[in-house]
This record gives sequence, C-alpha cells and structure tokens, in this order.
Amino acid sequence: MNQHITIHKDDAGIAWLTFDNADGGTNVLTEEVLEAFDQALVQVAQMHPKGLVIISGKPSGFIAGADVKAFARIPGVASAEQHIRRVHEIFHRLESMAFPTVAAIHGFCLGGGLELALACDYRVCGDDSATRLGFPEVKLGIFPGYGGSVRSTRLLGDLHALQLMLGGRTVGGRAARRLGLVDMAVPLRQLRSAALQLLQRNARPRRAAWYKRLPALPPLRPLVTHVLAAQVGKHVNTEHYPAPLELLQHWRTTAGDDAAMYASEVRNVARLINATPAQNLIRVFLLQDRLKSEGDKRAFAPRHVHVVGGGVMGGDIAAWCALRGMRVTLQDRAPEYLSRAVERAHSLFRHKLKDRYAVQAAVDRLMPDHRGSGVRVADVVIEAIFEDIDAKRTLYATIEPQMKPDAVLATNTSSIPLDVLGAQLARPGRLVGLHFFNPVAKMPLLEIVHDENTEPDMLVKAAAFARHIDKLPLKVKSSPGFLVNRVLMPYLLEAVELLDEGIPAPLVDKAALAFGMPMGPIELADTVGLDICLSVAEKMAAALHNPVPERLRESVAAGDLGRKSGRGFYVWRDGKAVKDAAEGTPAMPLADISDRLVLRLINESVACLREGVVADEDLLDAGVIFGTGFAPFRGGPMHYVHSRGVGEVQRRLDELENRFGQHFHADDGWGAIA
Amino acid sequence: MNAKRLDQDHGRLRGRAVYVVDGSRTPFLKVRGKPGPFHASDLAVAAGRALLTRLAVDAGHIDQVVLGCVSSGPDEANVARVAALRLGCGERVPAWTVQRNCASGMQALESAALDIASGRSDLVLAGGTEAMSHHPVLLNDVMVAWLGAWNQARSLGARGRALMQLRAGHFKPIIALFRGLTDPVVGLSMGQTAEELAERFAIDRTTMDAYAVRSHQRLANALEQGWMDEIEPLYDAAGNVYEHDDGLRPDSSVEALAKLRPVFDRPVGRVTAGNSAQVTDGAAMLLLASADAVRQHDLPVLGRIVDSQWAGLDPAQMGLGPVHAMAPLMQRHHLDSPDIGTWEINEAFAAQVLACRAAWTSDTYCREQLDQPQAFAPIDESRLNVDGGGISIGHPVGASGARITLHALKVMQREQRDIGMASLCIGGGQGGALLLERSQEFAS
Repeated sequence: MNQHITIHKDDAGIAWLTFDNADGGTNVLTEEVLEAFDQALVQVAQMHPKGLVIISGKPSGFIAGADVKAFARIPGVASAEQHIRRVHEIFHRLESMAFPTVAAIHGFCLGGGLELALACDYRVCGDDSATRLGFPEVKLGIFPGYGGSVRSTRLLGDLHALQLMLGGRTVGGRAARRLGLVDMAVPLRQLRSAALQLLQRNARPRRAAWYKRLPALPPLRPLVTHVLAAQVGKHVNTEHYPAPLELLQHWRTTAGDDAAMYASEVRNVARLINATPAQNLIRVFLLQDRLKSEGDKRAFAPRHVHVVGGGVMGGDIAAWCALRGMRVTLQDRAPEYLSRAVERAHSLFRHKLKDRYAVQAAVDRLMPDHRGSGVRVADVVIEAIFEDIDAKRTLYATIEPQMKPDAVLATNTSSIPLDVLGAQLARPGRLVGLHFFNPVAKMPLLEIVHDENTEPDMLVKAAAFARHIDKLPLKVKSSPGFLVNRVLMPYLLEAVELLDEGIPAPLVDKAALAFGMPMGPIELADTVGLDICLSVAEKMAAALHNPVPERLRESVAAGDLGRKSGRGFYVWRDGKAVKDAAEGTPAMPLADISDRLVLRLINESVACLREGVVADEDLLDAGVIFGTGFAPFRGGPMHYVHSRGVGEVQRRLDELENRFGQHFHADDGWGAIA
Repeated sequence: MNAKRLDQDHGRLRGRAVYVVDGSRTPFLKVRGKPGPFHASDLAVAAGRALLTRLAVDAGHIDQVVLGCVSSGPDEANVARVAALRLGCGERVPAWTVQRNCASGMQALESAALDIASGRSDLVLAGGTEAMSHHPVLLNDVMVAWLGAWNQARSLGARGRALMQLRAGHFKPIIALFRGLTDPVVGLSMGQTAEELAERFAIDRTTMDAYAVRSHQRLANALEQGWMDEIEPLYDAAGNVYEHDDGLRPDSSVEALAKLRPVFDRPVGRVTAGNSAQVTDGAAMLLLASADAVRQHDLPVLGRIVDSQWAGLDPAQMGLGPVHAMAPLMQRHHLDSPDIGTWEINEAFAAQVLACRAAWTSDTYCREQLDQPQAFAPIDESRLNVDGGGISIGHPVGASGARITLHALKVMQREQRDIGMASLCIGGGQGGALLLERSQEFAS
C-alpha cells in the first residue's frame, strides 16, 4: 500500500487496485504514481488472486493521462527515453500477469491512462456522457509512447487505431464499445459487476480480426500512410504540427513487429517531446492551468446570474451560464427582444447536451425575464446592453439599489473605461468588467477588467465566477481595448493597410495562416463585422494613436459589413469567403507580410506589459493565445519574441519603421524585455 | 370603511390564517387542432419560476407543491412532482396532483390551504395546469384486444389470420378530450348540460351572445389598462413568444356571433363555440403562506382564503354548481350579495353563468334546492367577471380554478374590495367556491 494506490483482495479472491492520487482530484501518472503502481503489481502478484480489477477512486474519472507538467521539465532526450522504457516495463508486467486483469473505467481515461487500460486483458467502461476515452497526445506535439501505438493497433486494427491517435479526439463509452476499445459499456451502477463478470468469463482477450491488420502488410503501408497523411493535412498544418506525420512514419517503418515498434516509440516520442513544437504546446497547456489557478472556485459560490441585454452577446452569455449549471434570468425591454436569445439557447443546449432531460433542465434554468425580477436574487449581474455611457449608467441606477449587497455588478463593455461607467454608483468599486468574446460558447477566455477602485473582494469573486462557468479568467487593467482587442487591433489595421498598398486579401490571410494563426486577419474582420471593427477602432484610435483606415469607414458606409451582409473585404457565399487565387508572383514575400502583421501585435503586447495591463509575460501569452487563437505551437507572442531573439525582433521593427512608417516604432517597453 | 370582517373559524377552514402571497399565470393558448408547443409541466414551470423569481423566494424553502390537472400526459402522471423538481424545489420537497375536473386548480388551493390552516405546512406552491392540446388520443378496446392477440400469434399463419381480422373500425381512435367533456353517467356533453339550463331558465341566444361579447370587451379593456400583469409570457424552442391569451376577439359582436351554428344540439340549440369557454392550454400558480412564513420570508400579501365549499347536484344541471357551493358560504358568514365586492364565476358557458344568476335570485330555487328561506339579492353584473372569463380568456380545465382565485384577489386589490368569491361549475355535477378577503394584517 502507498499513498496513491490501495490494493485489497476480496473474499472471492479478486484483487482490487484503486488509483487515488494523494495530491489532487484527478489521477495523473506521475513518476511517483507509476513507481507506486509497479510496487502494487508486485504485491498483487504475491497475493495470487483469481483476477485483478483496476479502478479509480476519483469521481472525476479513471486516469487523465501522463504528467504533462513533468514533460515540460524533461532534461534531454536520453532521460526521456529512460522514462518511457521504464513505463514500458511496468505495463509489460501488468500485461503478463498470471491471472486475468480488467480496467473498470469511468469519466476521463486519456493518453497514458488509456495505454494502461490497454495493457489489461479486458476493459469495461461507463455508457454515460462523462465517460471519455482517447489519445490526445498529438495535441501536445507527441504521439502515444507508453505502448499505446502497439496495443491499440493490435486491438482495433491499424486503420481505426491510427485514426484515433491521429485525430486526438475522445470517444464516449458506447462509441468505444463499437470501436472495440472496450469489451463492455454499461451503466455506471454496474461497472464493478461487469468487471467481475469479465474476469469470471475469462475469455481470450480481444484482438482485431485478421483483415483489420491487412493495412500493416508491408506493400500496403506506403499507400495507407499516404491516404491518412492527406486526411490529416486537411485539418492541420503539418509543418507546424508534425506529430501526426511522425506517428505515421513510426507506424510505416515498424508496424507488425512489436519489439521494433516499442523501440521506435521510445526513440521517437523522446525526441518529439524535447522538440520545440511539443515544448511550446506543453507550455500552452501549463498556461491554461495558470489561468485556471487565477480563479478560486471556493472563494465564491454563485447560483443565480442576471444578464441584462438580450442581444447576441447577452443572450449567449446567459445561455452559457445556464449550460454550466447556473440559474439565469435574462432581461430586455420587452418579451419580443428575448425570443431570439431563447431560440439560440435551445440550440446550444441541444448541441452540447444531447440528452433530452439535460436539455430540459438547462432550459428550465434559463428564465427570460422582461420585468428584471432576477436582479434582486442574483449573485452576479452582467450588463450586456449597447455601448452607450448614459444608457448603461441609467440602467445601473435602477439595478444597484435592488442588488444583494454582496453581489457582483459586471459589465461586458469592450470599450468604455470602468471609472466612467461606475462614476455614479453608490459603490463604484463593485463594478467589474466581464469581457466575454464572441462566440461565447467557443472562446475560452474571459477578461476580468478592474482598476484601482475595484473592491478586491469583487475581483476575487469575478475570477471565481469565471471558473464556475468554465472560462479562463485573465485579470486586465481597465484601459482601451483591455488586452485582447488592444493587441488585435494594430494587427487588423495593418492588414487593411496592406490591402491599401495593393496586396490582395487572400495573400494577406495566407501569410497569417502560414505563421500559424487560426484565421487570416481580413477574414477575421469580415467575420467579426466591419461595423464592429470600425467602432472598436474608433474608440481606441485616440488613446492608441492608431489612425482608422479610410477604407474601413467607406466599406461600412456602403453597407458592406462583412460576412453578415454578404460582402466586406471579401464576397461571402454560403457562409464562406470567396478567395480568388492570387495571380502571378506575390508583390511582397509572405514572411514580410506576416512580420508586418505579427510584429505590430507584438509591439502592442510590449506596450501592454509596460502599462501593466496584465501582470506578466506568461499571462500576456496566455491571454493572447486563448483570446485570439494566436499560433499555440509558438507558445505565445512574448515566448515567440524570446525564441526569435529580442534583439532580432527589435532590429526588424526598426527596419519596418524605416520602410513603412512610424507605426512600427518600437515601444518604450522593449527596454524592460530581457 | 370596512363593512364586514370575516372570521375564518366560522367556516370549515379552521385554524391558522391562510395567505395568498401572489400568483402568476401563463397566457391561455387556444387549442388549434394539433398538440401545442407546451406540455402541462412546461406551463406550470413557466408560471411558477416567474412567480418565485419575482417574489425572490428560494424554491428550496417551499414545503410542498400541489397542482390541479385533469389529464396530465403519460410522461408526467404526477405533474406537480415534475414541476416541483424542474422548478428547483429540490428532491426533498413533496408534491402531489389533484383532480376534481374543472375545479382541479381550486382543489389544489383548498388542499394547500387546509395544510396551512392545520399547521402541516407554511409555504405551499399551488395552482393548476392543463395542456388540453396534449390530451391523448387512445386506441379503442377492439384494437387493444387485437394487439393482444397479435402479440400472442407466433407463427406466420397465426399472424396472417390475425391480420385478416383487422377492420376499419379497429382504427377509430378515442379522442380523450371529447370523452372527458361528456358526462359518463347521464350521457350528456357539457354543452348539452348548458342547453338544459338555457331551456330551464329561458335564456335566449341573443342574451348569451351579448354576454360573450362583453367577456371579450372586458378582457380587451383589462389588457389595455395593463391590469393583466399576472400573465407571464411563454417562449418556445423555435423563438416564438406568446404574450397574451390568444383566443381574445376584441372585435367580436352579437351580429357576428349570431352566424355561428349550435355545436351540441343541432339544429335547435343555442350553445355555440362563440358563447362557450375556449379549449386552451395554460397554467396558473399561486404561493400560499402562513403568517409565520409571510414574516420569515418578508413576503407581500394579496389576501386570505377564508373558507371553502364543495357541493353536489344533478350532473345534467352541473352548470348550477356555483350556486350550490356559494350559498352555504354566504349562510355561514352571514353575507348577502352586496357584501361581495368581487365575483369570479367561471364562464364555462354563457348560458350557465346566466342561469346561476337567475337561480341565485329565484325564491323557488333557493328554497327548494338550497334550503334558503328566500332568494339572494342579485349579483351586480359590474362586479362579476370584471376582466372577462373563460369565454374570452379560455378554460384550461385544471388551471381555471387557480386563475379565477388569483384574479379575484387582484381585482379586489385594484378596486379596494374587501370580500371576494371565486366559484366554478364542475363536470359530473359539482360546484366549488372559495371565500376570499383582501388582506388586513399585511396590507401592502
């Protein structure tokens, strides 16, 4: 016995091995846990049980995977290889036990956790929606290295196994059963009974049918590799995310020969994990943890959220909060302004929850409230009406006296400073900004806006609230554009400037994609809506010395608002931008275009750091990645600066300033960047 | 100023005072031939959550939920429990559904009131809900028997023989809504019982139609004045919002109604779709409280439920039920008609309300049927159903008893009336009535 794993043998002679990490609510395969598991296996073997059930003591799930935090600290390829070899040894011990073994899986069973389960003779899992199995390794720039690539192909056949590992997606319990990943998917109440039944049956462990192993035949492998690589290429830029191709290469050279495959896992995964993309992706994973830790759920237990403003933002915020378990009231002037929001909420719930009872419960939690009755009972009140100082102040004047004294008053403003909005409040310091991003259901970041007047208690509550609704809180100082819009705006304006210089829009977007952005700036502007871009640009222009391009004004004046009006910088058909192929030789090298775009974003980031909009470089990187989708494999704008070299980036800025004007003038903050 | 004070202990609701805190209802939506967008529990939840939010009452503090419903759907047989859970009352709050046909909603209020008076409960969510558009369509007995045989038939031959026995008659459905509106003992439809009363009290078609037109005019006026603030809008999944009772016809006229043909007794009858209550979906929810609960949760108060009465009579005369239920209340509390400031008598049929007024002032009827020495004074027409009734608003059978009680209290507050009466006729030959008083102790 040890502090992470307990074992006991029941009266029927079955050994039960329970994972229950001492340090946290989730089971993770840290070095310590793995060694404890090895010891436990030795002890179990000495008990001579009739069978072994491996199960988790955590409500959250089975095992969430390997220890990603440790991956970030791995000192070199050799020690990574040593670590992987050691895990292979432990899992081989499990696989070659003299008695039958079964993994009883509920909740998350991912990466290393699934690889451990695959080393058992049988697997049973829950058939509920919380049960998720999968290999997310490629999302971290590696592929399964604890024997997963060997055992999954053996169990599922090569095609299914490769697709599962290449996609990085997770499957539910029933899908896992169909795939053959588990032997049974049962209601959770029967998980233990089913595990015992599997041990009792003691059938030969499942293997893929012979024809499912045909793709592994040497003459077929190149073709299979080619087809799968093409599939992967449709979804990810393999130049930036090489892991899927590395996996295919690994399989192509070693499939069918287990010993070679294990050895190749050791070599390749150890190499990949030390390479830049993986280290940067792991950095992003850790940045996400950092943001999560910025909000402490225990500090505040909100139950009721009142949202004022039934437009797209207000409605979607309300729906999201209801989806995440809050009771929500949504207020607007009259019932007719709320019906669209209710409809959108219904479709969000159906899409996310599927189960009709869960959908109904979410619908019941969201109450359209044209009278504004919810203000009195709300723990958090979020104002999301149009951007007008007087309208917002008038609203606060009616809301504030009705609110519970300890409730949070929040605004979703994206452009008006807190001190302006809160000036007439009885308690100006209770007003915080909760700046959500559109679309609310997709964007993980929530900017928590504060200034020197903000009551510390309100800031703590706002960040805790963000965690309760499963968003990533980023505390930002109240200043024009906060962080995300502020750094995004010069990037977008530079894109418009490039257009003005005659660079075709598809080329500008292509340069941004080549850098690793999820969407080009021109397409992004069209998607957000040019009217919204213009309004934000105008509000920030004075404060940030960003002149608003005439071209943007003209488009909006002409009614070309982007995707929603069918025409912006692009013509839009069926929700897609029509991009003419750029003819002839590009007028400017892609690298120049992407530098112009990205360096303006970075220069503004440095300005934000100088002004203390966010507390440090890591938080800035986290905010820009989760708020804009900034190329994750680059680790964030400041991390990118450091990997490219601070001096080199500054030189490039000077050069661009000479060629294109003073908007490339290096910010004063560069001096403080080490 | 206050003519009479009622003493709860003179009546049959002895014990602690029972306060009506407030109430909400959904718009009543006319049944238009197909299942409507809301089930009975959806309606109850919509009205209930708006009420509780408006009152800032935590659903978890409620002691029990009682709902009236004549025919709850197959997925929600105990619709009160479904609504209670969906409202967030929590698993520990018990809930039950009561059925007394058209007075089910009133039965729920009375059951809640009894539990408060006796000290068993302090805070009760009570009301009624009905999705008449969802009343089931059933297989007939012949078909059910055939299906039984089909399930037993194992061999191909046996199945073939069973199939050969199928006749068109097997497929004739039973529409539960129509069956429910027909008395199973005397065999008359509810409309035909109204025809009985029209004949007996010689109520002609024009008087009935004029009554119906006035019902529409009164509701239209009440809406215009903003008096129907107990209505909470309904929102469906497709983005439609329902703000008002959609059977209202403000432009209704006696001439237009005269063109309608009788629906129950053709060709001679007088009861038409125009002078009958509308078949609708809807719910009304009220919060009832003891004095302790009112203080503890710092609640406003609309009024009190002072006494209640149920009565039975000839099923063929069921429309006179209110008269039979109201008379004992008047006697017990020594009241005559002018003492009642606000009357709500559910408009099942124009003929039936008019017949009640006629019987109320008939010496013969009062002596022979009600053991009254003499007739009551007339019910002032300007105090009866002042904001319309079942004919214009609709009559979702399980909900109406709760709706008229709530609305009587709202009118009493608006017009500063001290005493009110809410009553309905009940299919099967019953009447029910609640005696109400505007709150004195907790004047708001």
